[in-house]
Amino acid sequence: MLEVVDLEKNFGGIKAVDGCSLKVEQGSITGLIGPNGAGKTTLFNLITGFYEPDGGKIWFNGEIISGLSPHKIARRALTRTFQIPRELKEMTVLENLMVVPENQVGERIWNSFFRPGVVRRQERELRDEALEVLEFVELIDLANEYAKNLSSGQKKLLELARTLMAEPKMILLDEPGAGVNPTLMKKLTRNIENLRQRGKTFFLIEHDMDLIMNLCDTVIVMNKGRQLAEGTPDEIKKNESVLEAYLGGR
Amino acid sequence: MDTFIGILNYLVFFAITAGIYAVLCLGLNIQWGYTGLFNIGIAGFFAVGAYTSALLSGPPPGPLDWRTVGGFQLPWVVGLLGAIIASGIIAFFIGLLTLRLKEDYLAIATIGIAEVIRLILKNEGWLSNTVWGIKHIPSPLHQPIEAGVSSFLKGHPQLSPWLVHFISNAYNWFYLALVLVILGLLYWTSERSIRSPWGRVLRTIREDEAVAAVSGKNVFSFKLQSFVLGAMVMGMAGSLYAHYAKFIDASSFEPLYGTFFIWVMLIIGGSGNSKGAVLGAFVIWGIWAGTEFLTGPLALSGTQAGALRVIVVGVLLELTLLLRPQGILGEEKIVSRMLKK
Repeated sequence: MLEVVDLEKNFGGIKAVDGCSLKVEQGSITGLIGPNGAGKTTLFNLITGFYEPDGGKIWFNGEIISGLSPHKIARRALTRTFQIPRELKEMTVLENLMVVPENQVGERIWNSFFRPGVVRRQERELRDEALEVLEFVELIDLANEYAKNLSSGQKKLLELARTLMAEPKMILLDEPGAGVNPTLMKKLTRNIENLRQRGKTFFLIEHDMDLIMNLCDTVIVMNKGRQLAEGTPDEIKKNESVLEAYLGGR
Repeated sequence: MDTFIGILNYLVFFAITAGIYAVLCLGLNIQWGYTGLFNIGIAGFFAVGAYTSALLSGPPPGPLDWRTVGGFQLPWVVGLLGAIIASGIIAFFIGLLTLRLKEDYLAIATIGIAEVIRLILKNEGWLSNTVWGIKHIPSPLHQPIEAGVSSFLKGHPQLSPWLVHFISNAYNWFYLALVLVILGLLYWTSERSIRSPWGRVLRTIREDEAVAAVSGKNVFSFKLQSFVLGAMVMGMAGSLYAHYAKFIDASSFEPLYGTFFIWVMLIIGGSGNSKGAVLGAFVIWGIWAGTEFLTGPLALSGTQAGALRVIVVGVLLELTLLLRPQGILGEEKIVSRMLKK
């Protein structure tokens, strides 16, 4: 589904991603772990087009996507959440979701004047779809609340809800569990599981090892800008070089 | 009674100016209120609109003119459309160059460009007649209305003086109606646009560009649309101003009147709210015009009074930003309204 080949990204003299190669299988929940500064978020930013790679290629669904701008990558049904939630503060939760689907008829300004019926019909469909997603992530009671008023855990759910509106094939989650209380966490995990059943592929960065061990079928470990190890959660737990990278050797 | 008519005539004059400012505010509201584009070069687009309209519909250069172009004496509507198109084209190219910049850099670039435009108009005699400006710009339907008024007054010599006074002002009433009709149309268009999915994308860009991009929106394209449309509205205001003032020169487009006031109006009225944009224009212009009469009672010299008035407006802006940052009327909570009705 996703394949990264010899990817490189430098910031000044620092090689944030240094010849990284890895694969994410279709329909999997793949975890990405590694010590701070290993290049995980940079890798996500490269995959989603926020950074341009200095070398290497990224394949998604049989196409090269490296070098494309973020909105073009999003249109290939690859979407992401952000480590720190980026809710649209002064807009309602419902509007936060309704804006997501691509190529809405009403996004062309003249259609609101010359084809208002079509726009209105699509708006109604989008609203129903958004309400369904909000129901799914249990934010339905907050539909008409400003997004800025949500708790940080609810904002994480909003991030996830937004990716669902995009009808993605693959979702990149950047620390979905950070700052989320255990109850909400269970909800989040359940949601991710449900979505995988529906055929979505997940690639997620996480520091919470319980979440990784419970949820992921494959875990990739990154260190110093490249892949250090790959395997099932159990294999990774026993991997000597992983322990060394995390604990600084013994 | 005659004093009352005098005041009424003044109010008409006041409302025309405030109405033109309201048009400018609606233009800025598209750029800043909806999209968060920090354009502090409003005066540039205002000037381009005014000069384009004056060159298209105005008289040819007189004997003492430096101008070698323009004065095509085309109908007013052509001037107005030309103003809209010219501002749009200029904004398109400026936008191509500057809209990839972060907001503070966009601000610096736009104010610089507006000053460049003003200085070109001040110095390029072949185009603008330098500081002598363009004179005798015709007002739409001015002659027929004035002719009608004077023949009516000739036919009714026994009218009381206050009625004569009132009727003589007919043209200004007409121009006020014209400005208000245009303002109304713009208001309606602007409301419809912002409440559509198109407007929702603009507001998303204002809140967080990255989110818009992750949702597959071509952020640059939407910013460009917003910038160009806002500038076209500003150009329209330029045309309305030129044909009312009948005379324009580069000094009409200095940053205080051409840019700063419009920002104050939008922020105090309520950025992101079309009603707020219009309200702000009338309120601030009301305060500005009202304080003009204070020079007498306060026994200040003209210069002192002028400085005091600017201070009053500045203090009002500060107070708004501190106490009510959303303005008198803030943005509404639920903006996407295509669902209703």
